[in-house]
Amino acid sequence: MAHEQQDAANTGAYLIRGAAILGGAAEDLLIRDGIIAERGKGLAADGATVIEAAGLVALPGMVDIHTHLREPGREDAETVETGTRAAALGGYTAVHAMANSNPVADTAGVVEQVHTLGRAAGWVDVRPVGAVTVGLAGEQLAELGAMADSRAKVRVFSDDGICVHDPVIMRRALEYVKAFDGVVAQHAQEPRLTAGAQMNEGDVSAVLGLTGWPAVAEESIIARDVLLAQHVGSRLHVCHVSTAGSVEIIRWAKARGINVTAEVTPHHLLLTDELVRSYDPVYKVNPPLRTDSDVQALRAALADGTIDVVGTDHAPHPSEHKECEWAQAAMGMTGLETALSVVQDTMIETGLMGWEDFARVTSTVPAAIGRVADQGRPLEAGEPANVTLVDPAARWTVDPSKMATMGRNSPFAGRELPGKVVATFFKGHPTVLDGHLNTPYRYPADTPAAAPAGGY
Amino acid sequence: MKHLLSTEDLSLGNAIRILDTAEEMAAVGDREVKKLPALRGRTVVNLFFEDSTRTRISFEAAAKRLSADVINFAAKGSSVSKGESLKDTAQTLAAMGADAVVIRHWASGAPHRLAATDWIDAAVINAGDGTHEHPTQALLDAFTMRRHWARLHGTPSAGADLKGMRVAIAGDVLHSRVARSNVWLLRTLGAEVTLVAPPTLLPIGVGQWPCSVSYDMDETLAKGVDAVMMLRVQGERMNASFFPTTREYSRRWGFDDNRLRALDELGLKDTIIMHPGPMNRGLEISSAAADSPRSTVLAQVRNGVSVRMAALYLLLSGDTREPAATPTAANSNAAYSTKESH
Repeated sequence: MAHEQQDAANTGAYLIRGAAILGGAAEDLLIRDGIIAERGKGLAADGATVIEAAGLVALPGMVDIHTHLREPGREDAETVETGTRAAALGGYTAVHAMANSNPVADTAGVVEQVHTLGRAAGWVDVRPVGAVTVGLAGEQLAELGAMADSRAKVRVFSDDGICVHDPVIMRRALEYVKAFDGVVAQHAQEPRLTAGAQMNEGDVSAVLGLTGWPAVAEESIIARDVLLAQHVGSRLHVCHVSTAGSVEIIRWAKARGINVTAEVTPHHLLLTDELVRSYDPVYKVNPPLRTDSDVQALRAALADGTIDVVGTDHAPHPSEHKECEWAQAAMGMTGLETALSVVQDTMIETGLMGWEDFARVTSTVPAAIGRVADQGRPLEAGEPANVTLVDPAARWTVDPSKMATMGRNSPFAGRELPGKVVATFFKGHPTVLDGHLNTPYRYPADTPAAAPAGGY
Repeated sequence: MKHLLSTEDLSLGNAIRILDTAEEMAAVGDREVKKLPALRGRTVVNLFFEDSTRTRISFEAAAKRLSADVINFAAKGSSVSKGESLKDTAQTLAAMGADAVVIRHWASGAPHRLAATDWIDAAVINAGDGTHEHPTQALLDAFTMRRHWARLHGTPSAGADLKGMRVAIAGDVLHSRVARSNVWLLRTLGAEVTLVAPPTLLPIGVGQWPCSVSYDMDETLAKGVDAVMMLRVQGERMNASFFPTTREYSRRWGFDDNRLRALDELGLKDTIIMHPGPMNRGLEISSAAADSPRSTVLAQVRNGVSVRMAALYLLLSGDTREPAATPTAANSNAAYSTKESH
């Protein structure tokens, strides 16, 4: 396991005393030189800063498989700096930055730029996602190999926001990424069935007179894609699964041995289309909020492993894109700073999952999907010290104006949620302490542009 | 009642009060001087993001008959077409001292946004939003039906509901704000509604609505109906595979001369034919039907002014309390509101 050498900015050693490791028995974790130096009971501080962690849960640093950082191009919505601050506060140590920036991340140059911005920020590991097609246009494959070989070492490719709807392009992408162990993350949305779509098509859309986004538009693409993945023997990841029917198709595909993984967002685990009755565009998102029976099916699927991971689909927007008519409003919600709490609320406090499962769906498996070798690791001696400390007993009321993200479009505003991130360690450095931002991790000054791919 | 946004959340008491007030306003329209001083010094803005000369002039006439100052703000050719947001437009109108905003918008829910935000404090009247609702159209339709129903029964209109009246609403329900507003209001007033449409022009979820659904116009007529309301078929639907051809639509779902004769043959001598206008003669309604004595098309236009006067008067006169519903009306409402949800 490669970890980078510490420089002077990343000071000190930390002894986390008495944290419930993955919610289990209380033990100490000694963090030094970027790694977990020791794990055990009654460890000596030995000059390390002691963090009393009785009552807290220690988790592997969370890894978001689906984040929109907006830079380059929409720095009025979010920057890599602000988005990764939000990520650290939310308990994350790695995020996958989606490709729908401007310019689109469809060349080695753009993914390297995002990668560099992420390292300069130093709050989390920023893993750029490469576009599948040039300009997200769905017509011509982007230089996937060049992005894979770049300093950003891209492994996840997605036109997220837009579906790779052409079956031939999708087939070719799935086949091609096998050359470098990549994965295609599909935004499953049949475009013709969703022209002008504004919300879930069902009882509520009928009353509100908003153009419907039918579940079948998601399910038909997933059905096609799992069959394509099987046919060409490749790896498929399904972004933000939102319907009960999609869950059934993915369950069937996994039973057939198809190499598919799936993601659900926190908001689809909690919110339903009933909220759209307010016509408040803070609830406008793509895929749309569905019905309560979909929510229940998604929770059950996350608990039983049919859905592998939680991805935030963090999508900040400037306020003018939400302070308008519903049909004019941008789609998307912020999520990095509320994900842990929403998952605790919907999955742990309901008894569907424990903290070990939480670590699996928010860290271990997303890191594996993205091929992020030094993330999502066990909390054991010798492992990289990417660690999140959570106070599960805390209760807080969501106030978007106090968030680190530039986006104020949180659908959870005003809700009381459980669970609070107390500390986040990224490469052994506390990016968050006492629930507040601390300082970023500083890469060694001479970590060169030609950083070796040795860690992978 | 601070705003008039939809009929879905309009109580029976408020519906009856608007209709009864409209009866009083109608009397003003019969006088030589068609004007009341009720809203003198108040400013009503007609904020139209979508062309609708009929609705705009109806609201304008209503406001002027109440002596209000009227400002017509058409989005086309204004700052709105240069990219000004609804928020800025609303705040501009607020700064100018608008007391009421009558808003027509192509986006469903736009009036709700005006009412729910702090952009403007004025009373908001929905004059048609996207494919959502058009409450004053439903109220003028109900007013027209109530007069017809009362005359048939030899009773006064005032205070009455529409209990027992059978109403068929035929056409493009999917895209119709008129159909939605009528379904909710007619349910509240106790009428029995049947929607008649090709399956492609009914929304998914229509099964939860408080009405029946039929794909067969002739069968609906044969079962007996007291009012048939034909909806306009928009031009842009015609090339989007909602139905094969306009002729097939007209044959199956239009109110043509054969169906006009069928009303006579079925003994439905008192059945009225309604249309919110503008009509596509020869498509959803034949000229003979539109011009027949059964047609209430022009009465609807006339009643529209009275109903809009009533709405403006009630929202701006300061009496926004919820009226006590009459016992009979309350009972009939209860029978039809079992699956209401907000």
